[in-house]
Amino acid sequence: MTLRPFHQASWNEPILLEMSSPGERGIIPPQLEPELRPGDPLHGIPAALRRSSPAGLPELSQPRILRHYLRLSQETLGNDVNIHLGLGTCTMKYSPKVNEEFVRSPKVADLHPLQDEDTVQGMLEVFYRFEQMLREVSGMDRFTFQPAGGSQGVYANARMMRAYHAARGEAERDEIVTTIFSHPCDGAGPATVGYKVITVYAGDKGYPEPEAIRRAVSERTAGLMITNPEDTGLFNPHIDEIVQIVHDAGGLCHYDQANANGILGITRARDAGFDLCQFNLHKTFSSPHCSMGMPVGACGVTSELAPFLPTPTVEFDAGRYRLDYDRPQSVGKIRAFHGVPATVVRSFAWVLSLGAEGLREVAEAAVLNNNYLASRVADVRGIGVSFADTNDARRLEQIRYTLAELQEETGIGTLDVARRTADFGVASYFPSHEPWIVPEPMTLEPSDSYSRADLDEYAEILAEISHEAYTNPETVLDAPQRSTIHKMDPAPHDDPERWALTWRAYLRKRGGHPAPDASALEPQPSP
Amino acid sequence: MSDTLSAHPYIPNSAPEIKRAMLDAVGASTVDELYGSIPERLRYPGLLDLPEPLASEYELRRHVGGVLERNQSCAERLSFLGGGCWPHYVPAVCDEVVNRGEFLTAYYGDTYGDHGKMQALFEYASLLGELVDCDAVSQPTYDWGAAAATSICMAARITGRRQAIIPASVGSERRSLIEGYCAPWVDTVTIPFDPGTGLLELDRIRDALSEETACMYLEVPGFLGVIETQAEELASLAREAGSLTVVGVDPISLGVLEAPPRYGADIVCGELQPLGIHMHYGGGLAGFVASRDTEQFVSEYPMFLIGIGPTSVEGEYAFGEVVWERTSYVQRGDSKEYTGTTQNLWAIAAGAYLAMLGPAGLAELGQTIMGRSRYAAARLDELPGVRAPAFSAPFFKEFVVDFSDTGRTVAQINRALRERGIFAGLDLSEQYPELGQSALVCVTEVHTKADIDRFADELAEVI
Repeated sequence: MTLRPFHQASWNEPILLEMSSPGERGIIPPQLEPELRPGDPLHGIPAALRRSSPAGLPELSQPRILRHYLRLSQETLGNDVNIHLGLGTCTMKYSPKVNEEFVRSPKVADLHPLQDEDTVQGMLEVFYRFEQMLREVSGMDRFTFQPAGGSQGVYANARMMRAYHAARGEAERDEIVTTIFSHPCDGAGPATVGYKVITVYAGDKGYPEPEAIRRAVSERTAGLMITNPEDTGLFNPHIDEIVQIVHDAGGLCHYDQANANGILGITRARDAGFDLCQFNLHKTFSSPHCSMGMPVGACGVTSELAPFLPTPTVEFDAGRYRLDYDRPQSVGKIRAFHGVPATVVRSFAWVLSLGAEGLREVAEAAVLNNNYLASRVADVRGIGVSFADTNDARRLEQIRYTLAELQEETGIGTLDVARRTADFGVASYFPSHEPWIVPEPMTLEPSDSYSRADLDEYAEILAEISHEAYTNPETVLDAPQRSTIHKMDPAPHDDPERWALTWRAYLRKRGGHPAPDASALEPQPSP
Repeated sequence: MSDTLSAHPYIPNSAPEIKRAMLDAVGASTVDELYGSIPERLRYPGLLDLPEPLASEYELRRHVGGVLERNQSCAERLSFLGGGCWPHYVPAVCDEVVNRGEFLTAYYGDTYGDHGKMQALFEYASLLGELVDCDAVSQPTYDWGAAAATSICMAARITGRRQAIIPASVGSERRSLIEGYCAPWVDTVTIPFDPGTGLLELDRIRDALSEETACMYLEVPGFLGVIETQAEELASLAREAGSLTVVGVDPISLGVLEAPPRYGADIVCGELQPLGIHMHYGGGLAGFVASRDTEQFVSEYPMFLIGIGPTSVEGEYAFGEVVWERTSYVQRGDSKEYTGTTQNLWAIAAGAYLAMLGPAGLAELGQTIMGRSRYAAARLDELPGVRAPAFSAPFFKEFVVDFSDTGRTVAQINRALRERGIFAGLDLSEQYPELGQSALVCVTEVHTKADIDRFADELAEVI
């Protein structure tokens, strides 16, 4: 295969504030009718609270603003334009365009969250019917879609655990057990709730052994927060035994199913004994990732925990959908109003388009793709698979690889390789969550959305970079060369004297780094 | 399913012949073999009980479109609902930008592959920083409530104290978010507001402030629309007590209202939804936190922070994560607060919105909102038994209307108006029983004088 001669758009676009041209404007807002101007509209507001000087916003005409943003979009490799399987643990997949049409409609976009129930029956129907679907997918009894993100879902479930134990007079349970290859939020969510977090490490086989969990639990255990398969892509076959150990100690078990892509219709949280779980609709259930926005952490619980769900829940009786706020044991609000309903609409439509067989097809395609890509990556010099020596089980939907051998033999590490991939038209891959237990990690998750040719192309890119590492390491060390920008100096981002979260901070702190000349970058009139 | 239908359009490798070839390549005879690591006892037998698939895109569109058709949107009705999510005009450019497939389907590709996304997010922070007069601005959190809760927790860590003063005028939705989140770390003390003015009472605040107080939390404007005119005095009282002032703002007011640090705020937080984001049944919310740029403050932010810096080529900008070690992605179980995927697409919209409006547009918009909402209050106040605004303090965009003397409940009035195609004000009678039969009415630039006149005229007929 010949790799494509890629070069990403590189506009060297200035910062908006550098482009300001006094007098230009982007839009005219509705003006106050003359007859409504009997006097000063700010009458009664003390001087200290009136804007003393105009906000230092840029003055730009509409075509310049649009052009600026569209250039920035061209400098962004979303899943729509690249083979985005490098973002292991993120479940990048195709987000059907028809679903975007639903959420852009005023019937979703222009709904107010406090409208009367009678005026949002369609939206409540989507919530209700999608809850029935996820109950079936997970085996759980009730769901909430309020948490706006996977981490917030884990946090919500930790809150529900705390409320459950408090209601039973066991508030002294103040420890949560998680594992090192679970998502970091499985520790951080409970920590935010005030729990002490105990992290169990993986055994030789790459997953936590039941005995290690047994040693970690006690009468202080409130619960377990665990991902399975973990980041390694290995399914822990003892998962039900682990759940039993935690239950025997009086704790609850949360199944982090942010990335359930390989197990839809194959195995269910409830059937392994779990009390709570969460799905990330922006991952497994195909809603777009939105530059890290518009997410939903759909949380499922058993009926025993249902009283603690956030308010409101969606109920259906007498032919009418309604919101139930009368839930005295509820943890209250986790996110304002109803979370991110547009994402629920998209995922509802996605499941409707697939049905039960289609969902299983998704899982099987994800697992087949992962195993196929692994067979191709196995031929790439210097790249191995974590825990391959001690566990020959098939991986499910993703794999944490290791470039330790490449690093040892060439001096080229995984961050160098990741940077270099950007030169071939794929966004830099995700190495690993911290800490890096697997040396020089690389985590690939080739979801159901990638074709065989995509997988071949990705493997070829890795093979090419490996070849470069052994023959021409400078090319990799200096990468990227064909991306939007060149190699970043990361040092300022950790230095209080130099970091800059805003343009004004940058102007204040900068030294020795001239800004691009905005006027020179403006396109010249054509001859 | 016939053979030609066995390939799903979203799943390239679902075609049987491709699947067969790939199985051969991985040395498996069936896909089931690949699931060998899942014990039989955990395997789900058979197929899930889900609705039959709507295989054609047309059928799907008909069905889902039909369900959503049952909604009545604020675009089709005349709505005066606010209370934490507000109807504002969304410029077409903002929609065009956030609907670009590159932004819509980007995620965590960072410095190189997603340079444009990173720049757009840095620009959002830069423009918001101009608006709130802060050098440090966070990437978004979930909503105003989450932003306020985090600001209060940050203040507690910065001061080493664990008490926060919160006005009773913070609405129940946001209050639940703040109290639920802060409970393990900060005790909240609620201070009532003056029922006549809607303002805080200086003496009560003076009494409540102590060496335990980490921060005083104010909202300008507050949930009930009131502009806390004593904000400067309150902030200086807090400073005297060694505590911080956290001010929550609706940023769309900042074309006419002062940037909070200029009257004493140490931390500013608020809601981005008014800035070019559709309401989305509440899904359009996104919170922000901003402050001075010192190591002490920046170290306490839990969210993503994007910084600008150099590359190996002179004159080129790169964007990276600032103090990544801070975040819960590194701290895991030792985190102060968790973070994760939040609402970044809306930050991109907010940045584009502020660029569109510019300093003049934002000031004009503020004047329009002030003028129209004041006109609306005056029109409603003319109706028999109706008192508007119910508080004497100045307000921005929202005001409380007291219907108690009409002898009708807000619920009755709202039902009657709904039949006339009007979503009237938010019923406050359960949330604030002390205000009697009152409603919170929201008037923005989307409400013309004619809309307001219609509201008043129809209201006159139903009370």
